[in-house]
Amino acid sequence: MASITTNGRTFEVSVVISNKPGAKEPEGETILHDLVSKSGFAQVKSIRAGKYLRVTVTAPDPQSAKKLVEKMCNELRIFNPAAHSCEVSIGRVPT
Amino acid sequence: MKVAVVRFPGSNCDLDMVSALRTIPGLEPVLVWHEDAALGREEFGAVVLPGGFAFADRLRAGAIAANSPAMAKVKRLADRGVPVLGVCNGFQVLVESQLLPGALLRNSGLKFVCDWTHVRVENTTTPFTSGLRKGQVLDLPIAHGEGRYFLERPELERLEKDGLVAFRYCDEAGRPTSSSNPTGTLHNIAGVCNKEGNVVGLMPHPERAAEALLTPLGKADGSLVLSSLLVKRWRGGA
Repeated sequence: MASITTNGRTFEVSVVISNKPGAKEPEGETILHDLVSKSGFAQVKSIRAGKYLRVTVTAPDPQSAKKLVEKMCNELRIFNPAAHSCEVSIGRVPT
Repeated sequence: MKVAVVRFPGSNCDLDMVSALRTIPGLEPVLVWHEDAALGREEFGAVVLPGGFAFADRLRAGAIAANSPAMAKVKRLADRGVPVLGVCNGFQVLVESQLLPGALLRNSGLKFVCDWTHVRVENTTTPFTSGLRKGQVLDLPIAHGEGRYFLERPELERLEKDGLVAFRYCDEAGRPTSSSNPTGTLHNIAGVCNKEGNVVGLMPHPERAAEALLTPLGKADGSLVLSSLLVKRWRGGA
């Protein structure tokens, strides 16, 4: 995950943007109803589609890398807090 | 009145908007490239953000334009009470800039909807509705993939209570039914305004219904939205 650069270490940080629970998410619903449920995966109860950003940053440590990306997401409104939730985690998703 | 029509890379209703504004005596539209200093320098009586796909809708419709220097200038003008109208993608830019509350999500049917709609006027105290009657039903076309207005329940109730819903999709008789809701937008919302009333966004295209000859029913209802700018009885008007 990390490698040495002149500015410190490089980290990958994952950002997952999805509709808040109260906001209908039609893409996930279509995947569930028209593909998954019809194809023998009755155990699958819910699918929510979203947007995924894999961000590469230089930082002294993983926590600083995560904080920087959180700051970026909030300041630049990478998500719209009126409708979206935004999860930031260190490394690739799934880890 | 000089009206700035802001063109972003990817705007595609800008010339239609200029043409529609030009049909209204007293309005002088000026096409302004988003990087042009004119937006901060010249005296504009109003600003219009036209439809299209600013910055190719990358990240999310309106999200990149919202962070552009042009929008910082539009915000300053809006704060001074200058009327600002966002149509379709322009409305998306306004919500992403936080000049208007909420979000515009992907249509619930996942389709780009291109159709004529009936739209009921809900608030006549804005510079873009002051020439209209409350409850008046307009025929306006829509063409968008992300027009499902969303706010969480408490905020949505406050929006309604404060009378900030400017336009609502309805049937021919003016009833906001589920069958007249083209996109799954909450409370049939087609357009909203800010608390001060000078910033208005709507998904339907008034500029595509500004000449009777070019509309199926021979009505130029969109022209009534744009010409409201010249009616001086809106809340914040002079």
